[in-house]
Amino acid sequence: MYTPQVAEHIANPRNVGELEHPSGIGDVTNQVCMDRIRLTVRLDGDRVSAARVKASGCPPTIAAASVLTELIIDRALVDIEAMTKQDVADALGRLPAAKQHCASLAIEALRAALTDARR
Amino acid sequence: MRVYLDNSATTAVLPEVIEAMLPCFSEVYGNAQSVHGFGQRAKAIVERARREVAALINAAPGEIVFVGGGTEADNLAIRGIAAAHDDGHLITTKIEHPAVLATCQALEQTGASVTYLPVQANGIVRVDDLRAAITDDTTLISVMHANNETGVIQPLEAIAAIVRERRERGQKHLYLHTDAVQSVGKIPVDVKRLGVDLLSLSGHKIHGPKGVGALFIKKGVRLAKQMTGGHHERDRRAGTENVAGIVGLGRAAELARLHLDERRERMRELRDDFEQAVMARIAGVQVNGDAQQRVPNISNLSFAGVDGESLLIALDLQGIAVSTGSACASGSLEPSHVLTAMGLAREQVRGSLRVSLSALTSRQEIETALAALEETVARLREMRPDDEAASMESSLSRFSPSQ
Repeated sequence: MYTPQVAEHIANPRNVGELEHPSGIGDVTNQVCMDRIRLTVRLDGDRVSAARVKASGCPPTIAAASVLTELIIDRALVDIEAMTKQDVADALGRLPAAKQHCASLAIEALRAALTDARR
Repeated sequence: MRVYLDNSATTAVLPEVIEAMLPCFSEVYGNAQSVHGFGQRAKAIVERARREVAALINAAPGEIVFVGGGTEADNLAIRGIAAAHDDGHLITTKIEHPAVLATCQALEQTGASVTYLPVQANGIVRVDDLRAAITDDTTLISVMHANNETGVIQPLEAIAAIVRERRERGQKHLYLHTDAVQSVGKIPVDVKRLGVDLLSLSGHKIHGPKGVGALFIKKGVRLAKQMTGGHHERDRRAGTENVAGIVGLGRAAELARLHLDERRERMRELRDDFEQAVMARIAGVQVNGDAQQRVPNISNLSFAGVDGESLLIALDLQGIAVSTGSACASGSLEPSHVLTAMGLAREQVRGSLRVSLSALTSRQEIETALAALEETVARLREMRPDDEAASMESSLSRFSPSQ
């Protein structure tokens, strides 16, 4: 049902935790299924220098949260801002049609964290 | 080490069963309906299997109809009675297997009326609710023996007593069916003691092959056959007999009968030890369903603050197979209808996990699963946002063992 990439992130989630004094926090919940992702990021100039994540919910939500941190750490903001849920889904190989909203939740957390950082 | 704890879904076929089936493919391959020797040899082993299945549930061989599995047995019982008695009114429960629920729902579309009885928090139906639901038009009551998610056993004998009362008062065409797919081979199942008119069982839940099951139809019960064709199975189920499958079911039934007590005690001891260890080693766990009135091989647990599917996938990565009542599709939760009917809160359903043992489950499998479960639950809880973890701590009292 899930790709090896999803499974691997479930077994070894990356960058779990919360940054102290982050530049921004994105804490979003899917109001239907109550899956939640809380992302903290640190910006360094035009880059994301650090990110930590916590998540609760179904496997793709945890995997999406985990892979998101890999996609954004040490990447330029201009690239990160262009990311879509498809980038998250692609990084996980593939998500079942019914689980695409998990990738959306990760992108929402990212956008919320970046908005918070600019505040 | 691979650990299989999803035996309520299906079981491994025992070597003795495979051994019994193999000649059916190459030696005894005749059509059991044929008059010649090839056919008659096949018929003889089919009839031997019929006697074994009958013996397991204390029925007469002539009361056993072989079908394609538990789902077909349920369909034949429910549709067969409804069709033979002009639909009328059916009574079932909210916690039935989809083979019963979806069949009843389909009959509603074609004119039958159906009452779906609720269950109490322990997963058991109230006999008084059932008594009150019976009308003069009721033709069939279908209540499962043991639930497939929780293992909870329903009070069939008490229900049968009510059916008898109604019959004595003139309601001749009122029948009692039970889906006993999860209880046969786990606890003693005696159709006379239970007082049922129809009983469904399945081969692959008792270490037999998939694709074969049986419906017990008490002598004298009239039902309309659902598969038309030849006059197989005393004209109750058309189609060439699945000789290998039937022989496998027969052998599995024989082994289940011979080893019932020993298997039951072994599974119960392992299951109870497992539950006690989970309770001792992991905080925020509850057992779902009545702790006493249940089959010995199922444990349904809810882990606070954990998503059942994430737990399932994480355990699967470690080679451990379990099942969950938590399911999420298209962003809408479709949680277990059984746990929901028992009144469990959404988060309790979400954190639910079913562990089901078989006659083959070893203590080492249980130990391996326990260690993995402890580590995985801790890891998933660690992953949660801190405020959720804190609120989980405060809600642990609500998750204390219910029994």
